[in-house]
Amino acid sequence: MMTTQDIHSKMQAQFGEAVGPLSEPKLDAFATVGASRLVEICRWLRDTPGIELDHCDDLTAVDRPQQNVIEVVYHLFSYPHRHGVVLKVMLDRAAPALPSVEEVWKAANFMEREVYDLFGVQFSGHPDLRRILLPDDWVGHPLRKDYQEAGGYHGVPNVRENPLVELRRLDVKRRAETAAQNPPAPPPTPTEAPKA
Amino acid sequence: MSSTLPYSKKKTSRQMVALTLAVALGLPFGLLAALLVLLPLSQQPMVDALIKRFVGQDAAAWPYTSLVYAGVLALVAFMVFNFGAIFGGMTTWYEMRIAGRIQSRIGPNRVGAAGFFQWVADAAKLILKEDLVPTDADAILFRAAPYFVLAGFVLTFVVLPFGESVVVADLNVGLFYVTSITALVVVGIMVAGWSSNSKWALFGGVRSAAQVVSYEIPAGLALMVPVLMAGTLSMQEIIRQQGGWPWQWFLFRNPAAFVAFLILFTSQLAEGNRTPFDLPEADSELVAGYLSEYSGFRFALYFLVEWGNLWVISAVGVTLFFGGWQIPGVGPELWQSLRGAPTEIPDLAWWGLQALSMLVFLVKTLVLVNVIIWIRWTLPRIRVDQMMNLCWKYLVPAAFACLVFTLGWQLLVGATGGSGAGFMSVAETVSGVALFAIACLLLFRFLVLTRKNIDAVVGDRIDLTNW
Amino acid sequence: MEKLILRRVDHNDEEVLLNFGPQHPSTHGVLNFLVQTNGEVLTRAIPDVGYLHRAIEKIGEKVGYPGFMPYTDRVDYVAAMFANEGYAIAVEKLMKLQVPPRAQYLRAISCELNRIASHLIAVGSTAMDLGAFTPFIHGIRERETINDLIEALCGARLTYNYHRIGGVAYDMPSGWRDKVLAFLDHFDTLLVEWDRLITYNEIFIKRLANVAVIPAAMAKSYGLVGPNLRASGVDWDLRRDLPYGAYPDFQFKVPVGKAWYGTLGDCFDRYYVRVLEMAESSKIVRQALEKIPDGEFMAPKVPRKMKPEAAETFSRVESARGEMAYYVVSDGTENPYRVRIRTGSFTAMGIIEALSPGLMLADLVALISSFDVVAPEIDR
Repeated sequence: MMTTQDIHSKMQAQFGEAVGPLSEPKLDAFATVGASRLVEICRWLRDTPGIELDHCDDLTAVDRPQQNVIEVVYHLFSYPHRHGVVLKVMLDRAAPALPSVEEVWKAANFMEREVYDLFGVQFSGHPDLRRILLPDDWVGHPLRKDYQEAGGYHGVPNVRENPLVELRRLDVKRRAETAAQNPPAPPPTPTEAPKA
Repeated sequence: MSSTLPYSKKKTSRQMVALTLAVALGLPFGLLAALLVLLPLSQQPMVDALIKRFVGQDAAAWPYTSLVYAGVLALVAFMVFNFGAIFGGMTTWYEMRIAGRIQSRIGPNRVGAAGFFQWVADAAKLILKEDLVPTDADAILFRAAPYFVLAGFVLTFVVLPFGESVVVADLNVGLFYVTSITALVVVGIMVAGWSSNSKWALFGGVRSAAQVVSYEIPAGLALMVPVLMAGTLSMQEIIRQQGGWPWQWFLFRNPAAFVAFLILFTSQLAEGNRTPFDLPEADSELVAGYLSEYSGFRFALYFLVEWGNLWVISAVGVTLFFGGWQIPGVGPELWQSLRGAPTEIPDLAWWGLQALSMLVFLVKTLVLVNVIIWIRWTLPRIRVDQMMNLCWKYLVPAAFACLVFTLGWQLLVGATGGSGAGFMSVAETVSGVALFAIACLLLFRFLVLTRKNIDAVVGDRIDLTNW
Repeated sequence: MEKLILRRVDHNDEEVLLNFGPQHPSTHGVLNFLVQTNGEVLTRAIPDVGYLHRAIEKIGEKVGYPGFMPYTDRVDYVAAMFANEGYAIAVEKLMKLQVPPRAQYLRAISCELNRIASHLIAVGSTAMDLGAFTPFIHGIRERETINDLIEALCGARLTYNYHRIGGVAYDMPSGWRDKVLAFLDHFDTLLVEWDRLITYNEIFIKRLANVAVIPAAMAKSYGLVGPNLRASGVDWDLRRDLPYGAYPDFQFKVPVGKAWYGTLGDCFDRYYVRVLEMAESSKIVRQALEKIPDGEFMAPKVPRKMKPEAAETFSRVESARGEMAYYVVSDGTENPYRVRIRTGSFTAMGIIEALSPGLMLADLVALISSFDVVAPEIDR
């Protein structure tokens, strides 16, 4: 079982520039990796004896509009050695694209489709890149921070009045109807002179 | 956990209990009594005798004889059809209650005492539903398909015996007639599957056709075993060759007959689309198979046939293997002596004995129906290819083996024929007694194990007082 | 609109293209499969998910850290305690909160009871999909007692919102302990009856054994977790191998697939591993009830509006369906910046297409039910 620092230093020894420095260990430390050699690095991590990260635990993305990047995050884990590492790839928000690691871990197939669906990241080399959770003709990528809802889908609106408002309106209408049907009793004629 | 119950504890009113009992006992027994009176009197000699007595003329001479015949036949058909339909409906209720019991719950208990009128409510609901025919379905075939299936079911009642002389028509090719008529059901299912214009329905129809057609073979072969033992295809004659006591039933008289019964039972389950062979209606795979597009009354017809088939399957099994309506201790001489002349209406003692024979037949058939229901709620479903495997690789060779064994048995040690069980040969008697003893031991062991199972699991604290 | 999924199948006259779902009695939830069959044998079955997508991860960015807890119930409503626990652990790491030991034990008890309930549904549905309705109803009957117990504990029968950030919401009511023990005594005898009713049934075995065999390497590569992974022979359980909460204090075995009736990694192994896990959970609950320490059930001074400093963390729990992981990114405000829920059912969907060629339609049903997928976990 190796620590994250050990794995990271081995990665840096093997791939040099493509592997960035380990972040400050605020809870979980991560290492930034270049997109061009990503598949190679992942395959090396999976196959090297002693590291053997054979479980792609999670493949997701975080949208950071302030830094104008979309980070694609890989949580990798090893069953035999019980260690893991977190990799991030920083992508330009305007045209996020990176190679697919589906050939390394088959689990990445669906996970990359989800990142494409919700963030708009293009994965080159993916065998079947299409939307997975949303319908095929959906416009936009919802988990981006600047996502605007399109105002309905095929005629089904996505806003509606607060149901309580409508129920209250029905209440008022009902009361008016019952009042109209039972006209109120005429006011009693005064039997005393009103007090001056 | 809470002291207030989430359901109401209103007890069923006395009137409802009385009404339910009246209908539950009155309806089937009333129908059976009607059949008891009607069917022996509807045979041609009896009708002629009645015409002679009431009109005073010879039947052959009277011009309206054929009208009376037609009227009698129509009445008989109506009553028998009613019996089939009502039995199907009541079996639905019975099955739901048994299923509830097996699954440790109550079952229907709101509509009438013990939920007895549930089937009436369901039938009424189905009749009142909208008559949906899919737009692209074949207009004529879609509407006609249920009636093929219904015909295949109802027409079998022509030869099914209810009592010693209580049968619509004792054809001398009765058994052959039954097997060929039930093949109409396949036609109905395939037509339903095809005309629904739905891929799921087509799947179900094709599966079902394959299943029913395949299982006709072992069923037919297994049917031949009692035919060989009795020497006739007529249902009543086969029963007359057996006796009332269990060791005189065909089931025990011949070891191969025991196996043949099991093969017949399995094949009939497959032909009736009952679990474990209910792939065509596998509702966890094919939605409802060939019935997917049917709703309302047509759907009700299919289900009527499925439950009514329980009677047919059991009645055929009882006729062939379990001694039919034979009463223990009552031999053919007693029947003959009570009958009197064939053109006279027999006296009350004969009718009483007929009623007793009907009761015996009813009890035996209901036991088999019970077993079929029990099997349905215990076993999972077999896959299509496993089912075909079972049929062609196991049941057909076994049925052939039984047939060959019976051929040898009959030639070498079989009974010398004639009516009644008094002519059982020595080997048959030995086999009968031995197999019956073994069967009793197995049954006893089964009951002991059941008792142990119940005691081992301290579960089932369900509150049955709200039934 | 032409669905893009249709471009993945080759349309020819020999093979029938069917939609298996989304309304179907045996897909566990709202799932759709595009199935191409040649007679009864499949050439391919492509899962088409997304019918139950409710944008829970996007909602997580709006409702605040404690406010997101009820949403986690809905991610997997059959085994909601684990979803709660995973999120609670992640946020406790961010907020640097210490959960008191009594709360850890209560979490373990409620989680293991929920595991039993979830597995009852799983094995019951497997039996029901194969045509045996009775075991499912018996399982539901037992689950009713568990639901009543958990209702006494936290007030809800399905979506609990019981684990909170910093501990649990309520303590055990008085008398609850004895009721749980009484239930467990009864439940252990039920498992014996269950085995006799359905597990050793010849027809059941023939439907499940040697169907859709998944070798261990394939299971790991496709990201299968939980009982699906263990049934393929991989001896991995987070409760034992990366223990969290109160699990280090308990002794229990981890059932691993043994090819009891067929090949290692077939549907029967996946089914039977769940049956055995129920027995182990029962043991864990007994040990927990014995050893539970007194004390507080909630950490002291948990703020109402949580503002952890900007960091990110990844927490894992061993849910009934496998490893459920939460990746929570905070940015110093009171709403999370990103909540990501990684569920076992999502990756289980991915393997179905690879396994489907050569299966029969009835086997596809057996496969889906042996994976124990719940649609809300897939789509979130």
